[in-house]
Amino acid sequence: MLEIRGLRAGINGQEILRGIDLVVPEGEVHAIMGPNGSGKSTLSYILAGREGYEVSAGEILFDGRDVLVMTPEERAVAGLFLAFQYPVELPGVGNANFLRTALNALRRARGETELDAVQFLKRARAALKALMMPDDMLKRNVNVGFSGGEKKRNEVLQMAILRPRFAILDETDSGLDIDALKIVAEGVNALRGPDFSALVITHYQRLLDHIVPDRVHVLAAGRIVRSGGPELARALEESGYAGVGAEAA
Amino acid sequence: MSAALAERGEDFLAEFARRCASLPGALATREAAARRFAAAGLPTRRLEAWRYTDLRALAAVSFAPAAAGADAAALISALPDFAAPLLVLVNGKIAPASSNFPDGEGVGSFARTPDFALRCAPLAALNTMLAEDGAVIRVADGVDAATLALAHLSLAESGQPIAVHPRHLIRLGAGARLTLIEYAAGQGCYWHNMVAEIALGAGAQLTHIRLQTEATAAFHVATIFADIGPAARYDCFTLGLGARLARTEIHARLGGVGGIAHLNAAQMLRGAQHGDITTVVAHDAPGGASRQTVKSVLADRARGVFQGRIEVARAAQKTDGYQMSQALLLSPEAEIDCKPELEIFADDVKCSHGATIGALDPDQLFYLRARGIPEKLARTLLVRAFLDEAIEGIAHAGARAVLDRAIARWWEAEG
Repeated sequence: MLEIRGLRAGINGQEILRGIDLVVPEGEVHAIMGPNGSGKSTLSYILAGREGYEVSAGEILFDGRDVLVMTPEERAVAGLFLAFQYPVELPGVGNANFLRTALNALRRARGETELDAVQFLKRARAALKALMMPDDMLKRNVNVGFSGGEKKRNEVLQMAILRPRFAILDETDSGLDIDALKIVAEGVNALRGPDFSALVITHYQRLLDHIVPDRVHVLAAGRIVRSGGPELARALEESGYAGVGAEAA
Repeated sequence: MSAALAERGEDFLAEFARRCASLPGALATREAAARRFAAAGLPTRRLEAWRYTDLRALAAVSFAPAAAGADAAALISALPDFAAPLLVLVNGKIAPASSNFPDGEGVGSFARTPDFALRCAPLAALNTMLAEDGAVIRVADGVDAATLALAHLSLAESGQPIAVHPRHLIRLGAGARLTLIEYAAGQGCYWHNMVAEIALGAGAQLTHIRLQTEATAAFHVATIFADIGPAARYDCFTLGLGARLARTEIHARLGGVGGIAHLNAAQMLRGAQHGDITTVVAHDAPGGASRQTVKSVLADRARGVFQGRIEVARAAQKTDGYQMSQALLLSPEAEIDCKPELEIFADDVKCSHGATIGALDPDQLFYLRARGIPEKLARTLLVRAFLDEAIEGIAHAGARAVLDRAIARWWEAEG
């Protein structure tokens, strides 16, 4: 479903990704691990379509479609979702309004009927309950005054409500205590199935104890240097990146 | 530079000379106003109060007085639903057939009961000289008059630009209450030069919600004088969306102990629109409070102006004054000019002012778009969030709904 081939990209004239090849088939969850500065966040932003990055070579295909020519909203309509490492605060925009606007924009673009306020609230409350989050989360302005953990949980709430077919979780575990981590992992696991895939970007093995990936890739200096099964994450935990031949550049 | 301004000023004086015998009210007041206007003329940018607003575009137009019998049916049918008794003026004159005002509500017409003071501001002097009609609203002591709507419609037919100078008088007795929704719209090229004189008795409360959606070729100047009595409260909110050039000039005087003035405004301008919000708050008595928040959303080459002046007299101890101008520039060619002026003669006061200018945050836009919200809608959401802080303060649900719809229409017209 997601194919990245020979991707080279950077920002401000500096090359960060130096030839990424990665295929995430339908129904699989892959993890990307790697030291700071290896290009993990650059990859997630390029997948979501953030401006400012220069792609010099390679391609990204989602269901065979060229992702790089699509706007961020077109990528969302196609089913891509980025859980941000640093969720953005939107003062004056209520969470419920934001989520309903996003959900209905996606539904409209897909030719589905929009949800009215009652239908939306039903769906939102069910998602909140599953994630053990308080209802007042909907009334607050998007991420404004949220703790680090609340922001991350709000990303997972958005994912639960928007139900993407492919999620990129960019260090969603950072800033979470163990209980919140379990809730977030359950939120992702609840979506797992033959129609859902994910790329879980993380520093730590910890999250992968709860979201067990089908494949683990090690990113270093802009390239995938090792790929393996879940056991690779445990090997990294024991011997560090150097132990798998992935020193920081 | 001011030859055109002087010439246009002469035209208005000539009009006054022709028509003065038929205008209602004390001729002496009008003549005194004419002398002031003759001395000052249409204001040039050399006047400090007009430094950022250039009337040369207005002076380039040759205005005539409005002919009677304009057919405003289309404008009337497009009026928002104010859910309140409505007084309609067409081209400066009350249109009883289009109004639904019950008799005996303390509402009259300036033409029948002219009552005006001499005002020095040059365009208020012009209005004093030429005013024919307007609303006269009186609320007796202790009466809650609920909500009234006042709509001014201008219609320049057959390509002849017109100038109209309605004169409104709003008087609230001690402890009286009123919410007044004021609306301005029109069609064609015209100049709507209105003056409102407001007097609030002790403890009276006037909520004045103004929506200006004049035609794109129009000029709009509103000069409001509010005399606020002890413990009285004047809550004014102006939303400016229309006109090629608009100026709202409010003079609020807190003449009694503990008076309150809230002079808030928002404007959304695009193309080459020019919108000027000018306020002068005179704290003449102790314990008064004034608050002003002005929000400007400026697209294309639009230009916004906020001039806020707070004067605190020696006697006005414990005054609490605050003003804030916030501008969102949606284009690199848009411009905002802010000028706060504080003139304080008392020594125990709290007065502050501030200004912010910014563009839409690209990170916020990307966040919304990454969730599937199209760029235009994402911009709308962020601009609405910016404006909401000003609009949320409007407690009157009906008025808020009217403003919300006007803002939504503004976005629909945005390409």
